[in-house]
Amino acid sequence: MSSILKLTSVSKRYTSSRNALHNVSFDLQAGKVVGLLGSNGSGKSTIMKMAAGLLQPTSGTVSVTGIPVGTASKAVTSFMPDRPMTESWMRVKDAVLFYQDFFSDFDKVKATEMLRFMNVNEDERVGALSKGMSERLHLSLALSRNAKLYLLDEPIGGVDLVARDKILDAILQYYSEESCLVVSTHLVSDIERIFDEVVFIRNGSVVLHEEVETIRMKYGKSVEEKFKEVYAES
Amino acid sequence: MTMEFDNNQPIYLQIMNHMKRQIIVGKLKPGDKIDSVRELAAELQINPNTIQRTFQELEREGIVETRRGLGRYVTSEESTIMSIKKEMAGELLDRFVIGMRELGFESKDIITIVSEAVSEKDKKGSE
Repeated sequence: MSSILKLTSVSKRYTSSRNALHNVSFDLQAGKVVGLLGSNGSGKSTIMKMAAGLLQPTSGTVSVTGIPVGTASKAVTSFMPDRPMTESWMRVKDAVLFYQDFFSDFDKVKATEMLRFMNVNEDERVGALSKGMSERLHLSLALSRNAKLYLLDEPIGGVDLVARDKILDAILQYYSEESCLVVSTHLVSDIERIFDEVVFIRNGSVVLHEEVETIRMKYGKSVEEKFKEVYAES
Repeated sequence: MTMEFDNNQPIYLQIMNHMKRQIIVGKLKPGDKIDSVRELAAELQINPNTIQRTFQELEREGIVETRRGLGRYVTSEESTIMSIKKEMAGELLDRFVIGMRELGFESKDIITIVSEAVSEKDKKGSE
């Protein structure tokens, strides 16, 4: 199996006050759906942004498909940030063209198909979309790139149950075996069944990195219960 | 296929047991084609690698066969299906016997209770 996202002894200090990340190391492989789990402020988004090349580590290295994060790695990394990257004046179809202009690996046919699957109307204004619909749009755009690494930062942040199901369906249906998909969330029970493995982040450190079936087998616990247990210790 | 999952137990084992049960009760028949990994993953909203693992284990146990280029099928071997049936009955019995022992019943009491319960059910069934 080939390594897609590798962090080696990564630390991040935003100001002089405290470390946002402290000595984080992990290696994520192709063909995996990985949950990056932690409470608010644990360091999930910092890791996502570093993997996307939007932040530099204070020390340590981050590499994607073996190359240090930079222009070359960004070409194979599809990042869905926790806030929209499109402009509110755009219509959905403009947003698709916008992505097509930006990313050479963007698959317009896949995007159109996925937006239809997600029931997002292409003529709708982006600014007029509900939160759930906006999340569907941005997930569709992110997954329509033929990338090696997909980073979805809180993709089910504020959506209702039906929308959540639709988003999980889309993730399962459209992700590819040659790539790695990292999903950060604090809503563990809702989506733990789509993960291969999970990384628990607490106060900027990795406290657990394990296959989810191993967690169930070894502890007889769901990922959510294990998560609560780990966080109760702090 | 719809099923409820217990997140505290390995998912692949739950799907395996579910499929075995479907074979035993005849919802899946010998020689039936089974859904692809992708189809089943989408339908159950489960990670595809978990489904893959389920199929691998079922193949290892001889319950499912892969025909190159065609997909996966339920085995046509009646003996394999019989042995799953025995295996699942064995598991049920084990759990039952352990539970009864925990309640303080002796072996001969357990047998009496079971035969009473079975004949009771038969009576109700024939009414």
